[in-house]
Amino acid sequence: MFPAIFQAVGSRAIGLLRYVGQLAFLVRETAISIHVAPMRWALLFKQIAEIGFRSQLVVVVTGAFTGAVFSAQTFFQFHRLGMDSAVGAVVAVSLFRELGPVLTALMLSGRVGASIAAEIGTMKVTEQIEALRSIGVHPIDYLIVPRILALLISTPLLVAECIGLGIGAGYLVATKVLGVSRAYYMTNMLAFTTGRDIKMALIKGMAFAGLIGFIACEEGLKTANGAAGVGRAPTQAVVIASLVILISNFFLSFLLNIFFPAGSY
Amino acid sequence: MIEVLDLHKTLGTQEVLCGVNLKVTSGHTHVILGRSGSGKSVLLKHLVGLFQPDAGRVLIDGENIAVLHERQLGPIRKKVGILFQSGALFDSMNVGENIAFPLRESGIKDEAVIRAKVAEALEMVDLAGEEEKTPDNLSGGMRKRVGLARTIVSRPACILYDEPTTGLDPIATDSINHLIRRLQKRLKATSVVVTHDMKTAFHTADRIAFLHEGRIYFEGTPEELRVSTDPLLVNFIEGRSGESD
Repeated sequence: MFPAIFQAVGSRAIGLLRYVGQLAFLVRETAISIHVAPMRWALLFKQIAEIGFRSQLVVVVTGAFTGAVFSAQTFFQFHRLGMDSAVGAVVAVSLFRELGPVLTALMLSGRVGASIAAEIGTMKVTEQIEALRSIGVHPIDYLIVPRILALLISTPLLVAECIGLGIGAGYLVATKVLGVSRAYYMTNMLAFTTGRDIKMALIKGMAFAGLIGFIACEEGLKTANGAAGVGRAPTQAVVIASLVILISNFFLSFLLNIFFPAGSY
Repeated sequence: MIEVLDLHKTLGTQEVLCGVNLKVTSGHTHVILGRSGSGKSVLLKHLVGLFQPDAGRVLIDGENIAVLHERQLGPIRKKVGILFQSGALFDSMNVGENIAFPLRESGIKDEAVIRAKVAEALEMVDLAGEEEKTPDNLSGGMRKRVGLARTIVSRPACILYDEPTTGLDPIATDSINHLIRRLQKRLKATSVVVTHDMKTAFHTADRIAFLHEGRIYFEGTPEELRVSTDPLLVNFIEGRSGESD
């Protein structure tokens, strides 16, 4: 029984290491491509429109309603302690340091990661990627680099949008619906929110963008077995990216807190 | 122009090619026959560097492409074009954009020149004026013709055809066979055709190679194949499985 358990655990561990190795190889190839191949500006702008501009609705709705409900729940708890004026600070700091980047990344992994994996996966099984190679076009230059760069450019902006809408909606709910003083709300929010919180949000956004992009591209590039494989690729991309975002966020929070400590005001 | 020397390739656990030797003369059409799954397409894709062999050499104009990295294969891929079994059209582009793609990638910026070359390539495959159609509005035969137009638009010295008539009706098959022959005469290109269709083989070939169990089992002229008494070749030519009801 024990050898079987060790075998199963070992097999999973080797599979995980292999996957990390494949991702590292893709990151390396992408870095080489950015360095040696000419930039395809038209493709990059097209991807920024697809990934950044067209993701706004989902990010705006997520940010606004999360900010609104978080503000309300914080008020319900703090009101019993007579700390109504702290609602703005808690909402803002939480959105900047955790909720904004994580929620934006999770929504993007669903909308953009799935789409990238499905598109590249379809191209793989229909020989379009081999056709690119046969014409002398490196698939990393043509397919991967524009998507990764578009994600790296768009995601921090979407994170900022999500946080901005969240704070705005939280402010409206707290001051207009729940009767918190506008002056206290704003004063405490501005007092407790610093440039370090903004930097942390943007750095996390960039890190999650890279994770979403490379995982989605890797899942697309390794697609096989026709329609079944194309169906599996986006699911895998979303599940893996979401789990990696949540797990890496824990470690990133501790790491970034060394450089951008919370609560210093 | 193309020489394959002792080529070995294993995919998964199966050794698909185990010591293939083949020489394709410039300006001729060489047909590679074999049963489904015999490794014909794998062999063909080695000729343009889409597969890296485990051992052996692939010489294009004397240069061993088996040792080249992906980024070093660009000049070779300008010399050797390939028509994929499915056509492999880019479904995000229309017919005209698909055919113009290799031209744009080679650095041609003049839109008038691109339009003229695209129109000429479409005329060569009997699809003049179909630039605006999208790949999902094309039949199987038309997709292969557009794929062929994309292959020939940059005038490669060698054209590889991967199962050019598979999945087509007899009329479309005959039409593609004539097209391969006509292009070979007009462009004076070296052609390698992978197929299991005997009609295509006899119609297009100057020489025929038969791939069996990972090796070239027979190599000769269509006439030599036709008169062969080897049971394996005879069964293949006549489409006999050897099974009884």
